[in-house]
Parts: sequence; structure tokens; C-alpha cells
Amino acid sequence: MPVMTIREAVSQALWEEMERDPNVIIMGEEVGMWGGTYAVTKGFYDHFGAERVRDTPISEGVIIGAAVGAAMNGLKPVAELMTINFAFLALDQIVNHAAKIRSMFGGQFEAPIVIRTTSGGGKQLGATHSQTPDVIFAHFPGLKVVAPATPADAKGLLKAAIRGRDPVLFIEHSTLYQERGEVPEGVDVLVPIGQSDIKRPGQDVTLITYSKMLQTSMKAAKQLEAEGIDVEVIDLRSLRPLDLDPVYASFKKTNRAVIVEEGWRSYGVGAEVAARIYEQCFDYLDAPIQRVAQKEVPLPYSADLEKSAIPNVNDVVAAVKAVL
Amino acid sequence: MEQAELLRLYQQMVVIRRLEEKCAELYQQGKIGGFLHLYIGQEATGVGAISARQPQDNVITAYRDHGIAVACGMEPKVALAEMLGKITGCCKGKGGSMHLADKRLRFWGGHAIVGAHIALSTGIALANKYRKEDAVTLCFFGDGATNIGYFHEALNLAAVWDLPIVFICENNQYGMGTSIERASAVPEMRQKAEGYGLPNARVDGMELLAVQAATATAIAHARSGKGPYFLESLTYRYRGHSMGDPERYRKQDEVRRWQADDPLGKFEKVLLEAGVSQAEIEQRETTAEATIADAVRFAEESAFPPPEELWTDIYAEPAPQAQPA
Repeated sequence: MPVMTIREAVSQALWEEMERDPNVIIMGEEVGMWGGTYAVTKGFYDHFGAERVRDTPISEGVIIGAAVGAAMNGLKPVAELMTINFAFLALDQIVNHAAKIRSMFGGQFEAPIVIRTTSGGGKQLGATHSQTPDVIFAHFPGLKVVAPATPADAKGLLKAAIRGRDPVLFIEHSTLYQERGEVPEGVDVLVPIGQSDIKRPGQDVTLITYSKMLQTSMKAAKQLEAEGIDVEVIDLRSLRPLDLDPVYASFKKTNRAVIVEEGWRSYGVGAEVAARIYEQCFDYLDAPIQRVAQKEVPLPYSADLEKSAIPNVNDVVAAVKAVL
Repeated sequence: MEQAELLRLYQQMVVIRRLEEKCAELYQQGKIGGFLHLYIGQEATGVGAISARQPQDNVITAYRDHGIAVACGMEPKVALAEMLGKITGCCKGKGGSMHLADKRLRFWGGHAIVGAHIALSTGIALANKYRKEDAVTLCFFGDGATNIGYFHEALNLAAVWDLPIVFICENNQYGMGTSIERASAVPEMRQKAEGYGLPNARVDGMELLAVQAATATAIAHARSGKGPYFLESLTYRYRGHSMGDPERYRKQDEVRRWQADDPLGKFEKVLLEAGVSQAEIEQRETTAEATIADAVRFAEESAFPPPEELWTDIYAEPAPQAQPA
């Protein structure tokens, strides 16, 4: 199986889908001549041309508005928002239009857009460019929210998103583009949206996570293995729809759970997943569920301060030990 | 123009006015819920502009959408059923007064967030341009929408991408209860389009044929591949912004002055000058009244959506029939 980075996997998915379907177009800031601010669409402009790889002004509201309108009228736009922090400028289009076009008009219209964006901190970009507000978008019925952590998932989920008929917010982590992994060959290999994935089987503790924190959690699991603690790591991959069946099955086996997310704890992924485990698996509970999340501060610029606010391997190890 | 076409346009305006009067009644009876924004006074703009479109051309508008819907060809009974929340409504009762739409008529809605649909119009037009189709998109909005960011982002993008859009500002001179003098830095909305290099015109929105002619010019420009065009139609709404409007911001004298300039009354004179008889005009009025009476009957007798409709049309695949576990 070929090994590639997440950057290459995302790029390959886009390329293959554009080759496959002439209705797929890309639009956003610097996606064309520049080649994408994270170099994902490098070479696309020359190959597919300016009609299909559309540079836009710095106008997030109309970038998503145009994408939704074009999708209503038959295109399959992949709109890029440079970072999820800028998605707030397009929040109305995302939650009031993309997510509601189908239902509000009784099923006459649909808005099959993919919004590619990047999330996460750790690059000293300051408080407004370092957030992980993924859950905000997962609040809205009508939208799908996907956040892969491996090259195979990135490629397969992006292709599923582009081929699907619903609006998808596709969240890439800004510090994971160099992450390498095996990716199955074949232009039609998809990863269905809305299926969690057991990334590491284990017997002692159920650890639920997604995106960059999967890597952190896998490192923690490895460290704990040396101490004789066997952690099952489940990657949610998608926040909406949220597939917790594998989580309940795992929890009924381990009776203990830790949820790890990069965003803030309040009203977060941990809160939602823990509540559902309590609702579904109360009789299996052996310890209070632990949540690992970002310290509740706007992320500072200074490197060590910033680092201290984002969950690390030690935080995860400590949380796992706390439930044992 | 032939008498038959003139009469058709007149009847459409009368249908809209009778529909709106009936809506107000049904709202007061509690049969229409939510917000209700009436089009009375603005009929010549919607009917005149849309009469200039070809069948392939798109129409999109804001929440004051009943008149636009009817001008696009929506049957009043379907619009009224939607407002009564019935399954026979154009959106199965899920949209309501502010979200009338019919894809088959290329009427892309009724949108309730001020300015947001101006952004949508750029994408609708882009899709046609991308497929090399010659459709033009008519995007209606009020004067109030020219003060929101979307308007500026969308006009700029439409100009940069040479999109085939006719932006039609229905300047009824108030954004809710705030007059343009109090809300807009410039008195004419088309001045804002100048900033983006859009060719533009301002027309008397109470004169149907003037609106029609100006829109035809605008559509021809957009269809020829020269990019977007901006048309400002100066008009007036006789009723409040919505049904819950105390109207403290304007004097009744002002309303009466505009009512003296009524688009229906003015068009009646056009008809008479064109040789249409008073009897024919009255016959059209009678027909319009019958249409609305039928529409009310249809809407009232239609069923409400069954409970399972709550879970449909959320995603392409059926949503789970219960709270997610």
C-alpha cells in the first residue's frame, strides 16, 4: 500500500474527484495561482484551469454563499476557508443556509458543498488563529462535520464528502499535513461519513478522540502499554453524524472511558460523548468518565504558554490512570 | 404590447394585492403564524421586472416574497397553503411566508436573513455561466440590504467574475422602521453599485412598464456576457414592515401620498389608453378575487404535515426517527 502524507492524501482525493466529475470546482482564497496556503492544491490551477480552480477575494461570506448557490444549481463546489477561525465570518451561510436549504424548502433544493478548512493550535498564531471550535459546527442538524487524523481517512472521507449530497465541513488539522500513513489504492475507495473507527484495540480503558488528539492519544496508549495498561482508542472521525455504537460496545467491555479533544472542555465533544455513555451504559460504569481538553483561555502567542494550554501525552496518561 | 399581455400583467398585480389583503386577514385570525411581510404597493416592481425574464432565467428574493412568487408563476393556493403550514404548500409547510420557493419555476426562494441570498445569487449565476448556459439571475432585495456586508461582497465578486446577474434593489425607503436618510450614507442605492463599477439605472417602481423596460435592458446586458447590472426601483410599501409594526416612523400623509401614485391605478390608465374596456378590467378583477377565494378554500381544506414529516428532508438519506442515541 502506498505511504503518503495527509497533504498528499487530501490533494489526491481532490484531484481524482475533479478528474471524475466535471461539476466539481474548487473556490477560495489562494487556492489557484498560489496553490493553496497549505499547498494542497498545488498544480491544480495549471491542470484544471481558472474556471474550475477559482481564486476568490477575501470575502468569506460570499465564498460560502456562492458555493451554496452553485450547489443548489447543480455544481459540486469544494470551498476552502483558510482556517476555521475565518468560518465565523461565514457562519450565517454555513448554519443558516447550507445546513437548512434542504429542509426549509421542503426538499426541493440541496446544498452538496464541501467546506475544507483547518483547525487547531500549536503554531504560535495567536488567539484568533489557533482555535479548535469544531463542536460549534457539529451543533447544527443538516450539516455534517468530519475531521480525519490519518492519510487514509482524509482521502476516503473527502471523496465521500464530495460524492455525497449533503453539506460537509471537512476539518483538517493545521499541524497534521506532514503525518504519514498507508493509503489504499483505487479512485473509488471511500470512507463512509459517520462511522467511528477503532484505531487501537484494548481491554482496560476506552479512549475516545478525533483529529490531532488521535496522534497524542496513540502515543499515550503506547506509553501505557509499557506499564501494562491496555487502552482501546476510538477515532470518531465525524462529529455529526456521531457514531457511538463502537464506543458503547467498548465501554461495556472496559467500564471506563476517557475523552480527549483539543478544543475547550465546556459544552465540548467530551461533554456530549460522556453524557451519551452515561445515558446508554450507566450500569456498566466503574469510574467517573474523564475529559481531557484545552485549558479555558484564549491561546497565547508565546510558545511555552501556548503549549501548556493544549492537551499533551502526559495529560492523557494521567486521565487514563485516573479512571483505573 | 398586446392587450392580452397587458391584461395578464394587470391581473397578476391584482391577484397579488388581493392575496396580500387576505394574508393580513388570515394572520389576524391566527391562521398564519410567524412573521408576515406584505408586498402591497410594490406590485409593479416584481411583476414588471419578472415579466422581462425568459423561462431559463432565475429569480431569488428576500422575505417579502409573496408577490415575487406569484409573478414567477406560483399559484396563490400553493403559496397560501405554505403560509397556513399545510403539506400542500410549496415547501410542505416547512418554510412559511418568508421561504416560498419553486424550483420548477426557477424561483429559488424567499430568504429571511437580510442580504444572505445576494451571496447565494452569485453561486446560482456561476453554475449557469460554468455550464455555458445563457440564463440570467434576477436577485431582488430591499434598500436595507445594501447596508450589510453580504451586499458588498456579492457585488464585488459578481463584478470580478462577470456573473450574469441583475441586482434589483426594491427601494421602499425603509429598512424595517429606519428610513434611508437615517440608515444609508448615500441617498440612492445605485450609488453603492457605482463603487463596484456596475452599470446601473434608477426607475419609477410604481410604473410597471417602466420597470419592465429597465429590466429588459438590464437582462440584455447580463445575458450578453458583460457581467452584472444594478437596477434600483423606487417604490413604497403601504403596510408596515411586518404585521407587528406600530408605524411610528412615518406619517399617514406620506402613505396617502404614495397611495395616490398606486401602481394598479396607474396601470389601469395604461390599459384604458391601450383600448381595453372598463368591463374587461373589471372582469379581470373578478377573476382575481375568485382565484384568491379558491386559494383560501384549498389552503384551509388541506392537511397539516403528518408527524413523520418532522424527520424528512434533513439529509439526503433519512434521518433517524428519534433523538440520536
